[in-house]
Amino acid sequence: MWIFLATEILFFGGMFTAYTIYRALHLPAFETGSRLLEVKFGATNTAVLICSSLTMALAIRAAQTGKSKSTIISYLILTMFLGAAFIGIKLWFEWHHDYVDGIVPGLSWSYAGPYAPGVQMFMCFYFFMTGLHALHMVVGLGILTVLVAMAARGRFTSQYFVPLEISGLYWHFVDIVWIFLFPLLYLIGGRYSIGGH
Amino acid sequence: MSEQAPHAGFTEHIVPVRTYIGVFIALMIGTALTTGVAYIDLGRWNTVAALAIAVVKMLFVVLFFMHVKYYPGLTRIIIIGAFFWLGIMICFSMADELTRGWEYNPEPWNPSLILPYLFHFLL
Repeated sequence: MWIFLATEILFFGGMFTAYTIYRALHLPAFETGSRLLEVKFGATNTAVLICSSLTMALAIRAAQTGKSKSTIISYLILTMFLGAAFIGIKLWFEWHHDYVDGIVPGLSWSYAGPYAPGVQMFMCFYFFMTGLHALHMVVGLGILTVLVAMAARGRFTSQYFVPLEISGLYWHFVDIVWIFLFPLLYLIGGRYSIGGH
Repeated sequence: MSEQAPHAGFTEHIVPVRTYIGVFIALMIGTALTTGVAYIDLGRWNTVAALAIAVVKMLFVVLFFMHVKYYPGLTRIIIIGAFFWLGIMICFSMADELTRGWEYNPEPWNPSLILPYLFHFLL
């Protein structure tokens, strides 16, 4: 599983590399684009994901310590609920908000401020990176569904919980990707100069 | 279930709930901190602070939630190796891109042309 995660690091790493290069080349445009995003959505989603990582860790611990299957299932379903909340906030609040604001390249673009081409590129990075991350979240929800089914059949004991542990690693990895995406996309555009800009 | 090799490559260590809660609180404080710092003008140190906090948060997740603190050495080498390759990719790509002679392009890049362009090829 760690070998798979190593390939995932390089998979997302490619996007982070491209982001770093274009940020270096178009710094003012990237900072302007960053200020168009809503910090409140990003911060809320960060908190939601951290909660889901905690419940995932507790689900594994419940299996390790030989707790009843209903305990394991409760933690797993709580994790799924938080994961779904993340995607919900992303789609229904944030991306819809971006669409209404006209900062979705190709679909709804009405931004006419400074550095418009570069800002459009930043928004492309934003949608590709968060979209790829959201796709990983959807895959994670599928994995969790399988885990719930396995737990319901009483497959996990204090002697055998490897599927839980491996899926947990994946879930935490996706959490870590977001831990980096949040400051890189939402925060380091110079939030202090908002309004004065 | 003995034939399933239950702990192959993993740890048998059971992390106390108190540790998990502590890590959770640390991660939440980190999130609040990184958001708050973004509203203070530190110049280029804003980026440094944001990345430093993100790395610390990542270490908390990797060491405790992902149990790497209790892992054997080989797994740790694989993880460190993965970040090593990431470092090589970023450094070499940056060194390449930033040392090229960029020519001024009077036609600004227009991403809204991408979709029609793709449709033209796909359909």
